[in-house]
Amino acid sequence: MTALISLTGVNKYYGDYHALRDINLTINEGEFFSLLGPSGCGKTTLLRTIAGFEGVSEGVVMLGGKNMAGVPANMRPTNMVFQSYAIFPHLTVGENVAFGLRKRKDMDKTAKLAAVDEALTMVGLKGFGDRQAHALSGGQRQRVALARALILKPKVLLLDEPLSALDKKMREQMQVELMRLQRHVGITFILVTHDQEEALVMSDRIAVMFEGEIGQLADPETLYRRPNGRRVAEFIGKMNFLDAEVVSVGDKIEVTVAGLGLCHVDAEQAPAGIAVGAAAVGIRPETLAILFEGETTDRETIAGVVDEVVYYGDMTYYDVRIDGVTETLNIAMKNLIGRPVLDVGEKTTVVWDARSLVLLP
Amino acid sequence: MSLRIYAIAYLVFLYAPIVLLPIFAFNDGTIISFPLSGFTTEWFSQLWVTKALHNAVQNSLFIAAITAVMSTVLGICAARAGAMYNFPLKRGILGLVMLPLVLPEIIVAVSLLVVVVQFLDLGLSNWTVIAAHVLICTPFSIAILNGAFQNLDPSMEEAAMDLGESRWSAFRLVTLPLVMPGIISSMLIAFTISLDEFIIAFFLTGANPTMPVYIWGLLRFPGSLPIVMALGTLLVGLSIILLTIAEILRRRGMARAGVKDKGGFL
Amino acid sequence: MVSPPLGYALMLLAVPLSAIILFSFWTQNFMDVDTTFTLNNYREIITEPIYFALLKRSLFVSGTVTCVTVLLAFPVAYFVSFHVPAHRKSLWLFLITIPFWTSYLIRVFLWKVILGYNGVVNTGLINLGIIDEPLTFILYNINAVIITLAHAFAPFAILPIFVALEKIDRSLLEASQDLGESKVSTFFRVTLPLSMPGLVAAVLIVFIPTIGDYVTPELMGGAGGKLIANMIQTQFLALNNAPLGAALAIVAMICVTAVSLLFVFLNRRYLRGRS
Repeated sequence: MTALISLTGVNKYYGDYHALRDINLTINEGEFFSLLGPSGCGKTTLLRTIAGFEGVSEGVVMLGGKNMAGVPANMRPTNMVFQSYAIFPHLTVGENVAFGLRKRKDMDKTAKLAAVDEALTMVGLKGFGDRQAHALSGGQRQRVALARALILKPKVLLLDEPLSALDKKMREQMQVELMRLQRHVGITFILVTHDQEEALVMSDRIAVMFEGEIGQLADPETLYRRPNGRRVAEFIGKMNFLDAEVVSVGDKIEVTVAGLGLCHVDAEQAPAGIAVGAAAVGIRPETLAILFEGETTDRETIAGVVDEVVYYGDMTYYDVRIDGVTETLNIAMKNLIGRPVLDVGEKTTVVWDARSLVLLP
Repeated sequence: MSLRIYAIAYLVFLYAPIVLLPIFAFNDGTIISFPLSGFTTEWFSQLWVTKALHNAVQNSLFIAAITAVMSTVLGICAARAGAMYNFPLKRGILGLVMLPLVLPEIIVAVSLLVVVVQFLDLGLSNWTVIAAHVLICTPFSIAILNGAFQNLDPSMEEAAMDLGESRWSAFRLVTLPLVMPGIISSMLIAFTISLDEFIIAFFLTGANPTMPVYIWGLLRFPGSLPIVMALGTLLVGLSIILLTIAEILRRRGMARAGVKDKGGFL
Repeated sequence: MVSPPLGYALMLLAVPLSAIILFSFWTQNFMDVDTTFTLNNYREIITEPIYFALLKRSLFVSGTVTCVTVLLAFPVAYFVSFHVPAHRKSLWLFLITIPFWTSYLIRVFLWKVILGYNGVVNTGLINLGIIDEPLTFILYNINAVIITLAHAFAPFAILPIFVALEKIDRSLLEASQDLGESKVSTFFRVTLPLSMPGLVAAVLIVFIPTIGDYVTPELMGGAGGKLIANMIQTQFLALNNAPLGAALAIVAMICVTAVSLLFVFLNRRYLRGRS
């Protein structure tokens, strides 16, 4: 893997507003990279500084070994799929796709037409070339925008919330198609999204951003299983939080967790440099379980009372109250054969495991 | 239903004076009143031989053409800035530019007159009229062009730049074709307003009167009234043609941008 | 980007407006202008009853024209917005705006033809046997001025009201009926308050410019129908007392602005009082 893009000490100010705070980031060739975060976290600004629509106030953006300072968007080897798709309404689909080829003197008209055909075929719009752009559906616009950008064979394809305008079914379908397309063309994709599921499904690596800075940069699994702080843990998936007190630090870390008592966790379950004192512990709902009648377990158990039941069909989410904890524990259970759905107020047994605890600062 | 009847009656009220124009323009009588006395095209043929009228028309066409271009250029600047950028005091600045829309025209007229004659000590000419007409036409141009520019996705130009075009060619290839119908429609409207404007022109016109100023002169002589009717008929015809073109272009622009039509000018 | 139109507006609007204010404190001295600062022009306006009378009449005419125009225009705007199918709306608006773009002078003159002694109205009514003698109260007086101005400003009143009505979410009206209001009370409790911004805009866009019109009163008003704008025009162009004309223009502007602000203020209070 070779680095294609590197950002060093990038800061961006709009007047007093600090939009990007000391961003350091390397993105590799052929990588599917996502910028994930709530709205206003700076992810789109970061994407636009890579595209060249925004300058940086401080820091260096390198692309393919070249410093991009002062290089305008039209001179950069990046292309963008806009959130609104920005399909030119006065042109046909084919003219839209061919838009960036205008200055390519090395291609004659037939070569250009062939390239347009190829690009449209690649995104599944073969034969759409003569359609009027404003008559397209949302999903089709998205594909035209992809074809229009990819026809120029950029080093990097930038996608600004490309799926946010689509309905759920279409979005899931396009996620798979985008991944397949990325593997096919082998180009670096940088995706901006606020949808954590979308980022987890599609990306090789994800940078989670909050208030202009990168909260955590990791592959999806690490991000989900070992969030480095409460913000990331809360933003990605569901997480139960319990108050905790670190008692001793060593090969195993000793920690007293509210409601669960003294636990021993591995060093990799804790952030680097954890010290004795107050901390918190995170537990994913699916790593907890309800012990139904007739089931046995060799893991730790604790008694609880069902406080709320939310039935999803394939899953049931329970909020269970245990002694010593003010907040209820959220538990996700698969509705396997023979498992009843419990009622509110029923007494129950909660199964847990120290290996699934995440120690948070 | 009764609303519909009322609305149609209102239209009749609006059109009443205009309908009379051609009636008296072809009426073979020198007094503009009923009963009618016969059909004639005499008044139209007199238009062709009235030298002073031709000069006035020429003046007005010159003023209207320049006004149309200048107010549209200013309108493009303001509409583009208003639609695409945020800047400090945006509302205040655009408010000042739009102010002539509600300002009594006589105020515009006398204040410019004072500046030109008393402070700058310059003579009045077609250019003083143009200066004022651009001032009052720009808000209309902005209103029309706002529609064209607000339908424009700001990322459209960025997309063109992202695909390798410079800032200028992105504007030329993407924005300009999309707002062209609006631009032409703005020029036609500004042209029409300037051609008809009297209150300001009467104050600021130089030695050569504009057409409305000339007509104003004619209105005082009962003998020349039938000619005014004939001239008015031609003007109304011309206005309707220009406005229809403007409207068709505006609709075509909306269709091209793929936007649903939401109403007329303004 | 905004600087060219801003520069133009500053140079040809803000500067001249400031100039005319300055100018109104000077005096005309036969052919020259005396640039000593003086309040004489304003003093004259206050002491000479003619100016006050003209100003009062002008405000009355503008106010009446505004009321008449807006009241007549509202049902039309309502009809076009609520009862005309979407694809015909722009045709209706087009038809409404066309008369506005045709020569103003000739339009005003034609009202003279319609309302005159041997005009359309009188000959029509005589032929129908409704009256024996031509009506005389419809020309060369304030009535004629009001009718003509109401005609001239019709589209200015219709368009803002139409825009405001178009913006009303139709489901609000259904919600109101769902909550037990009749169609009529829905109109007064939902439609009318929500169309208020358009109504206010219509009122201002008719009221303010009418004060500056001297063509209609000159042609239609007769001796008793002259307004402040005629006096301003006379001071500038005939009597050659431009500074006094400037002062009159400023006083007229101040009056109009004051009335407009009062109206906007009362309207805000009314709307707030409701909610």
